[in-house]
Amino acid sequence: MRNDDPWSAALPARALPTEALPARALPTEALPAEEGGHRAATAAPAVASVPPVPPGSVPAVSSASPAGCADIYLTVQRSAAFQRVRRRHRAFVLPAAAAFLLWYLGYLVLATGAPGLMAREVAGVLNVGMVAGLAQFATVFLLTWAYARHARLRRDGPALELRWETQDMTRVAARHADVPADGTAGAARGEGPR
Amino acid sequence: MSDGHRMLTVLLFCAVVVATLAITSWAGRGRRGSAEEFFAGGRLFSPLENGFAIAGDYMSAASFLGISGLIALYGYDGMLYSIGFLVAWLVVLLLVAELVRNCGRFTLADVVAARMRERPVRRALGTSSVTVSVLYLVAQMVGAGSLVALLLGTRDGLAHTVTVLVVGALMIVYVCCGGMRATTWIQIVKAVLLLGGAVALTALVLVRFGGDLPGLLSAAAERSGHGREFLAPGLLYGGGWTARLDFVSLGVALVLGTAGLPHILARFYTVPTARAARRSVVWAIGLIGGFYLMTIVLGTGAAALVGPEEVLLSDSAGNNAVPLLAAELGGGAGARAGAVLAALTAAVAGATILAVVAGVTLAASAAVAHDLYASLRSRRPRTDRGEIAVARAAAAVVGAVAVGLSLLAAQLNVAFLVGLAFAVAASANLPVLLYTLFWRRFTTRGATWAVYGGLVPALALVVLSPVVSGSAHALFPGLDFAVFPLENPGLVSVPLGFVAGWLGTVTSRERPDAARHAETEVRALTGAGAA
Repeated sequence: MRNDDPWSAALPARALPTEALPARALPTEALPAEEGGHRAATAAPAVASVPPVPPGSVPAVSSASPAGCADIYLTVQRSAAFQRVRRRHRAFVLPAAAAFLLWYLGYLVLATGAPGLMAREVAGVLNVGMVAGLAQFATVFLLTWAYARHARLRRDGPALELRWETQDMTRVAARHADVPADGTAGAARGEGPR
Repeated sequence: MSDGHRMLTVLLFCAVVVATLAITSWAGRGRRGSAEEFFAGGRLFSPLENGFAIAGDYMSAASFLGISGLIALYGYDGMLYSIGFLVAWLVVLLLVAELVRNCGRFTLADVVAARMRERPVRRALGTSSVTVSVLYLVAQMVGAGSLVALLLGTRDGLAHTVTVLVVGALMIVYVCCGGMRATTWIQIVKAVLLLGGAVALTALVLVRFGGDLPGLLSAAAERSGHGREFLAPGLLYGGGWTARLDFVSLGVALVLGTAGLPHILARFYTVPTARAARRSVVWAIGLIGGFYLMTIVLGTGAAALVGPEEVLLSDSAGNNAVPLLAAELGGGAGARAGAVLAALTAAVAGATILAVVAGVTLAASAAVAHDLYASLRSRRPRTDRGEIAVARAAAAVVGAVAVGLSLLAAQLNVAFLVGLAFAVAASANLPVLLYTLFWRRFTTRGATWAVYGGLVPALALVVLSPVVSGSAHALFPGLDFAVFPLENPGLVSVPLGFVAGWLGTVTSRERPDAARHAETEVRALTGAGAA
């Protein structure tokens, strides 16, 4: 289970070259996953050449100077690729969330406010309330499946691509700014008081 | 329950306790002692493992025994509960899980602090997280006390007190010695036990009825004494409009509260990536949904086979319906198989309580050490070792406080306490989280106002509700300052949290930090630089 996630093999903190290799060797993976595997394989040596960092800190982003990083994130945010990922995410998530919240609230109000309607029998012992209740269960399972599928097919690939690009950019920025890539500075960022 | 059967139940309880302690010491071996390890279990759990752990964290004894008991007594209205608990996971899956995994390290406050001024935000969210966790802990421990007394067949207060003390001591040991890794494995084992028990009992019920589900429903309706009304809403929440509105309020709190529960959010940090977080939620939804579908069979099975009179006789809230059903399926309480099944069910319920309290205590200790302590201290850089030491001490203190409150609140209704914890989580934690993730102009003042603007009304409305004063079964029956008619504040306090966040943002002079918003958004959606 652990290793079939292309992202986990590619994490900078853990991507030892030996771990990244099997990902490249897999020939018939879906396209995004394969990209992830190649990326991981190429990125790993770069990470490995950085002096040892304490576990848990993130060398790629954290070792850059904050100013350089801020520019990079703004650039990435404005890029067409990122805008597309964000649009795809929101275009699915926001209408879906609004729809099922309304559907649940409507069901709740009907069940408490109009028990007579819910008691109307449909077939045998099944009444409107039972059907609506089971439909709630069905909605949850269906929407879960649809969301997971949408994310896997439409969002994971481009998002992963953007992740490596962003991390490459921050790494390059760090090198240009000539900031020593020590992990202590990284550990303070993102967790410590700024 | 005869003495021999009581002995069996106690022995099985002890086996559960020994097993969980063994897990704790096994998981504690070779720990590196980093904060990553203590709060997030090294972030190396697989989606399947984490899915089971989430399900274990979420399916409390209140769901297993309480909801099936409610279904056994009130039919359809009991089912309304389980639907609320399940639908809530869509909010978590769609709006929260992946983004939180990418933005934070250990706690909810991490996500918000990435965009805002750190200290005020950490102070606010640390406070609300600890409040929610303590409320949730009190609910679980009060439930544990009455449950154990119930299962052992004693009605004196001593069994309740001893249970609360033992559960409190155990949960402190789990958290202090094992951290997130031990807590997660305890959740996984418990989820497997609970689901296994539910599957076995459901199968036995279905076999008894020859797989005839409509037959089961008809038999339950007939024996319940309510006829067809048993299968339609209205038996439990059919009273006046206040009662109906109260249930809508509870429903809103359940659905929006799950995404703000600190111990649920902490679970997403135990997997390596956002994709793994998503897949663990998908697993959890499958497991939790299947479990609640089974509680419907168990509840109607108890109504049909045991009958509501006997369920009510054993416990007025119906909490004993499933153990009674187990005994009945095994050939009656007198038969050996029936006694063994009932004892096994009781032991599974015990494992459930231990696992849930461990998860919540860990989340509370993380909020104290990582957020509150850090925001109060000077600007010296924190060390992992110091933070873990604080977390261990905090776990002990939070555990002690929860034990004390549980002994005081022993008479309060467990379902009400759980609903309250969800309402506070929905009012104080969810608005700030959603604004941070989805609103570009959100500011620090908006964030703190959103937290306090949800937390304070939620708590104040409870104080002014009929739970605290003005009714026969209130905390202070002699006094009457109940001006708010509903028991659950969610319907009012959740919108107030959202309004306060909006108001704080539009009135603040501070410009939203475009660079840090860009960083949060890019990190949330791509996972760049995720811990």
